[in-house]
Amino acid sequence: MSEHTVAAYDKELGQLGRNIAEMGGLAEKMISDAMDALLAMDVELARAVVATDQRLDALQRQVEELAILTIARRQPMAVDLREIVAAIRVSGDLERVGDLAKNIAKRTLKLAMEPRIPRAAIGLKHMGETAQLQLKNVLDAYASRDIDKAKEVWERDAELDAMEDSVFRDLLTYMMEDPRNISFCTHLLFCSKNLERAGDHATNIAETVYYLVTGQSLPIDRPKGGSSLTTTAN
Amino acid sequence: MNANVNAIYKARARKDKMVRVLCFAAAAFGLLWLSLILFTLFWNGLGGLSLSVFTEMTPPPGSKTGGLANAIFGSIVMTVLGVGIGAPLGLLAGTYLAEYGRHEKLSFYVRFINDILLSAPSIVIGLFIYGAVVVPMGGFSAFAGSLALAVIVVPVVVRTTEDMLLLVPNQLREAASALGLPRSYVIRSIAYKAARTGLITGVLLATARVAGETAPLLFTALSNQFWNANLMTTMANLPVTINNFVQSPYEYWRQLAWTGALLITLAVLALNIFARLLAAERKKT
Amino acid sequence: MSDVDLMTHPAQSKTVAAQAKLEVRNLDFFYGASKALKNINLRLEANTVTAFIGPSGCVKSTLLRVLNRMYDLYPGQRAEGEVLLDGQNILNPSVDLNLLRARVGMVFQKPTPFPMTIYDNIAFGIKLYENISKSELDGRVEHALRGAALWNEVKDKLNASGLSLSGGQQQRLCIARTVAIQPEVILFDEPCSALDPISTAKVEELIDELKTKYTIAIVTHNMQQAARVSEKTAFMYLGELIEFDETTKIFTAPSVRQTQDYITGRFG
Repeated sequence: MSEHTVAAYDKELGQLGRNIAEMGGLAEKMISDAMDALLAMDVELARAVVATDQRLDALQRQVEELAILTIARRQPMAVDLREIVAAIRVSGDLERVGDLAKNIAKRTLKLAMEPRIPRAAIGLKHMGETAQLQLKNVLDAYASRDIDKAKEVWERDAELDAMEDSVFRDLLTYMMEDPRNISFCTHLLFCSKNLERAGDHATNIAETVYYLVTGQSLPIDRPKGGSSLTTTAN
Repeated sequence: MNANVNAIYKARARKDKMVRVLCFAAAAFGLLWLSLILFTLFWNGLGGLSLSVFTEMTPPPGSKTGGLANAIFGSIVMTVLGVGIGAPLGLLAGTYLAEYGRHEKLSFYVRFINDILLSAPSIVIGLFIYGAVVVPMGGFSAFAGSLALAVIVVPVVVRTTEDMLLLVPNQLREAASALGLPRSYVIRSIAYKAARTGLITGVLLATARVAGETAPLLFTALSNQFWNANLMTTMANLPVTINNFVQSPYEYWRQLAWTGALLITLAVLALNIFARLLAAERKKT
Repeated sequence: MSDVDLMTHPAQSKTVAAQAKLEVRNLDFFYGASKALKNINLRLEANTVTAFIGPSGCVKSTLLRVLNRMYDLYPGQRAEGEVLLDGQNILNPSVDLNLLRARVGMVFQKPTPFPMTIYDNIAFGIKLYENISKSELDGRVEHALRGAALWNEVKDKLNASGLSLSGGQQQRLCIARTVAIQPEVILFDEPCSALDPISTAKVEELIDELKTKYTIAIVTHNMQQAARVSEKTAFMYLGELIEFDETTKIFTAPSVRQTQDYITGRFG
């Protein structure tokens, strides 16, 4: 894309892009750290994740302010308009991903005081990896304006949904085996929900990337993986 | 500011002052003569101004009584007639140049010839009418005088009409055309209306111009010692009367000449002021 | 007559249910020897606002001036191709220009009130085409002024000069004058470029109301204005129609690179 006649305009868009990149990096790391903390019951790491969320929130506000200012100042059109709208949407999604990671970390802090069943967390580990991969891929797609990659992420969310179903069944089994597991397993159940939600945000970002590049929306119906066992509203 | 720049700046300031002083001096010089002329006119003419100037006929040689009544009347008649003939012609020709013929080759020639006519010495015009009208008709006449004045009026009015119509923004014409107005309606209802005061000003200035012309009347209307309202014979008029009287040996005649000159000057001045007022009015709206 | 003409253009009747009010086909326009418009093809639908955008000197106004043959006022300008108004080719030499211009009105860049009273500015045009009583004329003048959202501002000074109004009011007076003779198409040639933002908003509001009755084309340098008032937008560059599409599409996701560069400020 060639440059704007007004150089300050390019600078503002550049700043938006850098802020989103930083947010993406933070959100990715938060999910990954939160899962590491959960699996290793690492209280220190979990506290660090909770603390990081503030930075992510601050960045999201910056993005919003800059986006609003740019709209007011430049009356963006076409690709610029889409770029700014995309920045607002993506920053919102990433901020939510950060919240979900924070929630996992907070549960880790509580679980650290409970009796644990390590084998119950194994399914979650796989889910966490998949969610991280989805997030990484969609952020790459955003950075390189790659609609094929975005579409891939969008389609692969079904896998995550399926995994959540399976984790749900496992945890249910453990709870039925021994009611003393219920507290622990319920926390894990929420963690799996959080990961599934993080995956949803990744698909949201994928949709945004598709709109940003093409000006069109992906279809409303997305391939679904899970049964309706656990899905409430998406 | 370093010393060098300062020197350059001072030199420039000096030049600026010099030019300003020169301009003022030139303007003052011109005004000086103008006021001298006006002063002389009032000094010499005011003394002879009395009611009899307007009521009595031009005196015979040696007479100590008499006025300029026949000459004033003649001047008014011939000026009105001259403008009456010349102004409509000029308006129409000017309209052609500014409206219909704007992109025509003919306009170029018409404009060129008009400009020559505009600067032609009035005595030439007088001679032309003498040859074209006076000789064939077998004598001097007020009618010929009016025609000579008309010939002077035409180019002035053509010029002012064209200029004034060209000042009407083209967008106004387009806006009128966009309503579906035929061209002649656009000109009459819109262009003339927008340029109205300018057009009137042009005619007034032309009137002022011919009111004081002597040369063309000398060869056409000549003069007449008596009251005459017949256009087909000689008619008294102020410029020629002044011309005759001022060279005479009689003191009273010379006094009347000065008074006549004052009257013409006042009339021309009044017309000019009126025209300026109209123009100023136009600027306001 | 339009029906007969329609029969000779089967392509047209086939492609559209609602016939285009104005259709430009293979239009070339020349200033003397230089070609200013190159093979323009587009359709103006009834009750729709079509905006023309593009950099200065891209002859958007020229195109507009073909649509009411305003160019005919000047020698050396000529159009080739077809411009169909209700199926009738208005480039045909036999077309009566004054009647055409009564059907296709035009509002100009600078407000051009006539040098007469506010009342006469409106009544003037009406009287050209209709012989009506004074009271009926009064009604029509009021109706036109109301239609241009000007009535309340001028009803107490109808006998004041049209030139005494503010720029924005003058422009609305010109719109009222155009509307008063009940045209079918109204062409706006940068109608707000000399107006302040509030007056601009009033004119835009007016255009929005006028489109319920008329077919409207507007040339504008203000892209946001084009985005606000129009349903269709045409992007022109160097005498060519680069892109012509739904306004929403042009301003959010144009399909031609040049359009995108222009509307996002990356031009030249």
